[in-house]
Amino acid sequence: MDAAQTKEKIREFFSRFVRARELRDDEDIFATGYVNSMLAMQLVAFVESEFGITVEDEDLDLENFKSLDNIVGFIERKKTVTHAGA
Amino acid sequence: MKIEKVGVIGAGVIGIGVAQNLAQTRHQVVLIDLSEEILARARRELHHQLRFQRLFKKEGAKNEGTPEDGAREVLERIRFSNDYRALEDVDFVVENVTEKWEIKQRVYAQLEEVCPERCVMAANTSAIPITRIASATRRAPKVLGIHFMNPVPLKPMVEVIRGHHTSEETIEIARGLLSQMGKTGVVVNDSPGFVSNRVLMLTINEAIFLLQEQVSTAEDVDSIFKHCFGHKMGPLETADLIGLDTILYSIEVLYEAFNDSKYRPCPLLKKMVDAGLYGRKSGAGFYSY
Repeated sequence: MDAAQTKEKIREFFSRFVRARELRDDEDIFATGYVNSMLAMQLVAFVESEFGITVEDEDLDLENFKSLDNIVGFIERKKTVTHAGA
Repeated sequence: MKIEKVGVIGAGVIGIGVAQNLAQTRHQVVLIDLSEEILARARRELHHQLRFQRLFKKEGAKNEGTPEDGAREVLERIRFSNDYRALEDVDFVVENVTEKWEIKQRVYAQLEEVCPERCVMAANTSAIPITRIASATRRAPKVLGIHFMNPVPLKPMVEVIRGHHTSEETIEIARGLLSQMGKTGVVVNDSPGFVSNRVLMLTINEAIFLLQEQVSTAEDVDSIFKHCFGHKMGPLETADLIGLDTILYSIEVLYEAFNDSKYRPCPLLKKMVDAGLYGRKSGAGFYSY
């Protein structure tokens, strides 16, 4: 799965909760008011199950989950680490 | 006496919070509940809570001067078991099982069999008298009540209840553990509802009467408490958070204990519980969620 497909998956996830409008790629999702802390945790769980990565303690930084771009960047980095390690 | 290993009985909301708080402050914890299924759910919930706290950088329970540990390290300090024999070397037990006397009585009989003689037993109850709980053991001086508030790891204070036979040494041991957990306690004497619930339940019940009599709306009642008195939450929001079924059960316990009509549950409260309007946990109470 490339970065564009990853972004589509994330966008799909958000569209289930944020129906009013589409999020911009670099928009701070927490500043929109649509994403509360519970949804953020669902997002973390979704990222883990959908992309087969483990979000470690040190990854639990809001910066990694702040926008579509940041989430995709985080997933790409994690996949590289996993593959390099395998 | 430094408490190293603590047994936590009951992996419900409060039991999980107590286990989390203890493990985060570097105690060895044995978390006991009836089935593997409940324990597996508790582990998932703990993992979730620890990560949630970390992601949002909420200031959780910690020992002074020690850095905050990761979710994995914290979870490694908790042994999940449905076998009471895992408690054979604990220094302290915090019991958080269902608020039913028959259930507590059975649990304490089992604890008495396995826990070492030195072990102090703390009942985390909001209604049942500590003196009665102590009577189910053979160590009444070593039994006290600790009323933890929800969410446990984030609340800095607890109500400590001295039963009729509770010794000063036991109170001091409990204070020591609470301090290790980053908390302080206010000690009160044993009486139904202690201080917290006797006042809170009556306040909530009276607020529901105001609603029933159409004196005011839920929003306005809560608004008066928040904006006139500076409370963080109004009584009806608080009721929704605690759960209306729990409120009804607690006020009924007070009514039975005192036989005083001032604790009669408001008919609107009973009706809402019959209708399944429990508050946040069922999606609707005085407010919709």
